[in-house]
Amino acid sequence: MSKIKLAIYLSAGCAGCEMALVDLSEKLIDALENIEIVWWTPTVVDLKYKDLENLEDKSIDVALVDGAVRLSEQEHVIKILRQKTKVLVAFGACAAMGGVPGLANFHKREELLETAYINTWSTDNPDGVLPQTEYDVNGSKLTLPEFYGEVKALHQVVDVDYFIGGCPPHHDHVAVAVEAIIKGELPPKGSWITSGKSVCDSCRRNPAQKGEIRKPIEKVRRTIEGTPDEECLLQQGYLCLGPVTQGDCGGSCPQVNIPCRGCGGPVAGKDFGARAVGALASLMTDEAVDEMLEKIPSLGKFLYRYSLPVSLINRKK
Amino acid sequence: MMGEWEPNIIVIACNWCTYQAADLAGSLRYPYPTTVKIIRVPCSGRVEPEFIIETLRNADGVLIGGCHPGDCHYKEGNYKAARRFKLIQKMLVEMGIEPERVRLEWISGSEGLRFAEVMREFDAKIRELGPLRW
Ligand code: SF4
Ligand code: SF4
Ligand code: SF4
Repeated sequence: MSKIKLAIYLSAGCAGCEMALVDLSEKLIDALENIEIVWWTPTVVDLKYKDLENLEDKSIDVALVDGAVRLSEQEHVIKILRQKTKVLVAFGACAAMGGVPGLANFHKREELLETAYINTWSTDNPDGVLPQTEYDVNGSKLTLPEFYGEVKALHQVVDVDYFIGGCPPHHDHVAVAVEAIIKGELPPKGSWITSGKSVCDSCRRNPAQKGEIRKPIEKVRRTIEGTPDEECLLQQGYLCLGPVTQGDCGGSCPQVNIPCRGCGGPVAGKDFGARAVGALASLMTDEAVDEMLEKIPSLGKFLYRYSLPVSLINRKK
Repeated sequence: MMGEWEPNIIVIACNWCTYQAADLAGSLRYPYPTTVKIIRVPCSGRVEPEFIIETLRNADGVLIGGCHPGDCHYKEGNYKAARRFKLIQKMLVEMGIEPERVRLEWISGSEGLRFAEVMREFDAKIRELGPLRW
């Protein structure tokens, strides 16, 4: 069997997804018997645009892209990658949903640039210079990629074959996905590679696993307010989004007392935040709803932490 | 030919109260603006937050109508609707959408006149706010 040609590209992300690949450790080494890495830039190998452009179309079998799309450079690389690749995978929350960088869509481009280049206390920029796409230095032209007005998920820029959730994806799930890719046992194009189960499903705190009925949420607690006991976090008032989140992480966060924040992606539906509102409000008392509005400084940022760019209203109007 | 802008208003009305009120308003010939289009659902508790947001992508205003507290045909669907509504409204404000564009009203089956009045009022409010631009 000839080796599967794999490409990995870090777009607007933090490389955590790539760390999840490295975390496969021995499994990755085993997989390398079947895989040839042709592009892992910029994280691991310093290849240039032309190295990618020179490849034949559809000569890469699988490309994993982690990170959202914010810069013209990222869009450029992703478009070439799409042309060169048979199966393109949006790998992790940023690529699949816009992720944490996507929260920037709550702000206008000008606001972000001003904060980053003018208003931070450590910035010394008396002339208020902002990044330019072109600059002339003694007759030579220097260029920088364009900073787009909004963050997009991968499928909002190119056709995507598969989605994998998680910030980063859990390494056990990555192993399952890599194996499925090697064996060619993939779901229909356009699907998420997922068990399809919610975080609650794999959570040992789930009252259903003990044959108990869920209690209504009567108060709201932020994670800094005390240490939770062993029962379901949501029942104790910690706003866990496990009921509406894909649980391919095996419920990692609730296992260590942290409520799920939705990085796995929505179990169903188009709009994670709206789904979460539907689920939470159905479980909460009126008093708890009021308390939530009081205690959560930005409900939008809280509920769309990983998914604003793919939500129905995907940026601030 | 482009005429003057007319608001597009969607009312998602529960089958047992607000929809009956709309029916009554019609039978009694109480006028209300033609900008209002009604979608009938079994219960205001059936109105998922996603419906509201999806509707707002094509409308300038959305009104959810349900039974008065205590009168829900399914006992507590309207309480659930009210809780969801509060959260969704807060989220929409954070998204830069005027809170007046979404409204929750309890209108019973006998309140045909009130239905027509609320619709006129809502239509006027949306006209004042202007089109919801994406
Ligand atoms: S999904 Fe999370 S881990 Fe992956 S690139 Fe984005 S921020 Fe980093
Ligand atoms: S709500 Fe959270 S803590 Fe409770 S069962 Fe679900 S995942 Fe576990
Ligand atoms: S519990 Fe939720 S936030 Fe934590 S890793 Fe799993 S899906 Fe992500």
